[in-house]
Amino acid sequence: MKNLVLKSVLGASALVLLATAAASAGTLDDVKKKGFVQCGVNTGLAGFAAPNDKGEWSGFDVDYCRAVAAAVFGDATKVKFTPLSAKDRLPALQSGEIDVLIRNTTWTLSRDTQGFDFPGVNYYDGQGFMINSKKLSGINSALQLSGASVCVQAGTTTELNLADYFKANKMQYNPVVFEKLEEVNAAYDAGRCDVYTTDQSGLYAIRLTLSAPDDHVVLPEIISKEPLGPVVRQGDSQWADVVRWTHFALLTAEELGITKANVEELTKSDSPEIKRVLGQEANTKLGTDLGLTNDWVVNIVKAVGNYGELFESNVGAGSKLKIARGINAQWSKGGLQYAMPIR
Amino acid sequence: MASQDITPVGADSAKVSLLNDPRIRGYIYQAVVLAVIFGVGYWVVNNTIANLQRAHLASGFGFLDGRSGFDISSHPFTNYSSDSTYITALYVGFLNTLLVAVAGIITATFLGFIIGVGRLSHNWLIRKLCTVYVEVFRNIPPLLVIFFWYSGVLAILPQARQSIALPFSTYLNNRGFFFPVPVFGEGAWLAGVAFVVALIGTFFVRRWAYKRQMATGQQFPVLWTAAALIIGLPLLAFGLKGFPLTFDRPVLGAFNLSGGSLVGPEFMSLYLALSFYTASFIAEIVRSGIRGVGRGQSEAAHALGLRAGTTTRLVVVPQAMRIIIPPLSSQYLNLTKNSSLAVAVGYPDLFAVGGTILNQTGRSIEVVAIFIIVYLSLSVATSLFMNWFNAKMALVER
Repeated sequence: MKNLVLKSVLGASALVLLATAAASAGTLDDVKKKGFVQCGVNTGLAGFAAPNDKGEWSGFDVDYCRAVAAAVFGDATKVKFTPLSAKDRLPALQSGEIDVLIRNTTWTLSRDTQGFDFPGVNYYDGQGFMINSKKLSGINSALQLSGASVCVQAGTTTELNLADYFKANKMQYNPVVFEKLEEVNAAYDAGRCDVYTTDQSGLYAIRLTLSAPDDHVVLPEIISKEPLGPVVRQGDSQWADVVRWTHFALLTAEELGITKANVEELTKSDSPEIKRVLGQEANTKLGTDLGLTNDWVVNIVKAVGNYGELFESNVGAGSKLKIARGINAQWSKGGLQYAMPIR
Repeated sequence: MASQDITPVGADSAKVSLLNDPRIRGYIYQAVVLAVIFGVGYWVVNNTIANLQRAHLASGFGFLDGRSGFDISSHPFTNYSSDSTYITALYVGFLNTLLVAVAGIITATFLGFIIGVGRLSHNWLIRKLCTVYVEVFRNIPPLLVIFFWYSGVLAILPQARQSIALPFSTYLNNRGFFFPVPVFGEGAWLAGVAFVVALIGTFFVRRWAYKRQMATGQQFPVLWTAAALIIGLPLLAFGLKGFPLTFDRPVLGAFNLSGGSLVGPEFMSLYLALSFYTASFIAEIVRSGIRGVGRGQSEAAHALGLRAGTTTRLVVVPQAMRIIIPPLSSQYLNLTKNSSLAVAVGYPDLFAVGGTILNQTGRSIEVVAIFIIVYLSLSVATSLFMNWFNAKMALVER
């Protein structure tokens, strides 16, 4: 019965959906055939995905896209970027417009069960609040925000956490919701709202783009868990594995001290672990079983470096954002980043 | 496919083959085209469903009963909260679309009529100003007009603490326009009753005055009587109860003005932009409508001794309306559909709210289907109303 109703409705909307037919299993083969990885990224979030002054995409998530391309092709330049708003990102993946979405997307149960797979968490984040401390000098806690207008991006988990947090603390607020990140930034900068809420990493990045960054402070409260990671379509475990193990390869390289600078040299290392990871073991099948070449880890690290290098140069001490490693440190250093063994 | 049907033309040529009968041939062609359309439609639907099921996508409209979890800034007429269902959220979005469309249509019509008539004015300045207005607004994309109002005009208003105070306890700042809300006390119902009585009274006065004019030729000032009834009667009833009315005035709070009610800059910019944009088209339609009435009509009216005002009201406008209404309907439809540009300034209309739901639930097919159905029904309803109105205004031939 339900199906019948759906059928009649679909008659009207079917044309919109013809693109859906393009989505199919075997993404790895499709990618190899067309010769590049189509990667969905943010429309512009400093440190994560934004065009740099040379007009090239750069950032933490962008480098993850390059790492996937390096793993598949041995060439990090064989990647094309599709900038996507929060609202458009998941439909774009569903429809097959992109092969992988690496756009600070939070891993949630409902997303995981709605046709998506999350191969890993490349950045552990949490939602925070930013205010203009010059205008609202008396405020130093999120619990003082009752009655405020809050700028937020549409269709994000942020929007849901915001509603939950204010409800749980019996506070009133007025949501000001925009579809595009740039629109939210402009509205907050123009004083349309008192508070900006998104993931804390995002707040630090956005603060840099405001007209007077020093006037704004990020409040201490973190109101949610935001495990951000790459997303692929459900039902294609081979492609999910490629993305997952690219992430683990980056982490493993950091653990073993393999860097962009020394990876070439370390291929001659005697350490059995390094030899195995870099595909130098005799008769190894680790890479080919994954559908890649055996020197896939070498390719990844040579192209973009290891996880630690990615972090420091894009969002950490080597960048303008200066975000501390915090919970994104290796498990051995008290963080949450833990790679499954490559063997 | 219909090759079996072809029968060779026999020796008996006195009887024309069915195939050569243009009427029959017409039927066959139409049947083939219809079959092809249905065939393609069936294939598209089936193919889509098969692909959706393979991608684990389609699963009906059951998700609409789920808790939405997000808040909507403007939800007039409903008690929406993050605990409401998705369907309620969609309903709020629908009401917001309807609100901006209806308000926009009314304003655009008034503005369009004034400017359209202005373009025909004998006054040089008025004529030129109206021409400039039309040429400017009709040649700018509506999205740009919306941004003009949002970023160019409303965003540069002062912050909440430096609000511009206007008369009657109203305030204007970059968060919107704040105004007091009347709170009716006990006994205020009498004024409502008086208002309805006044409306009914006006209706009868008008009928009586018309009959009297038909019979005796004497006129009666219906307009003034109606105004006195509709304003005076409720006021009198209110006075009898000792004016049971207080106002909830906006006052400055920690962040913003609280109390009273407000119209946000998102609604304002969308409403103003749609009205100004569409008004430029309506002005041209009105101008063409008035121009379309032959000069002889008003000359004849003048010859009969009708004054200029009466000539316009009774002779020119009724005939112009017949030309104006059909293209006017298209403009109303355009305005309603253009309201989906709301998403650019964050006004929570159906399209914006539906987009959020689409993102939260991943049910793109179902949400897009709802979009199509709702906008289609809105447009069809507007069309039906305007067709009815057109039929009512059409020339009645006796």
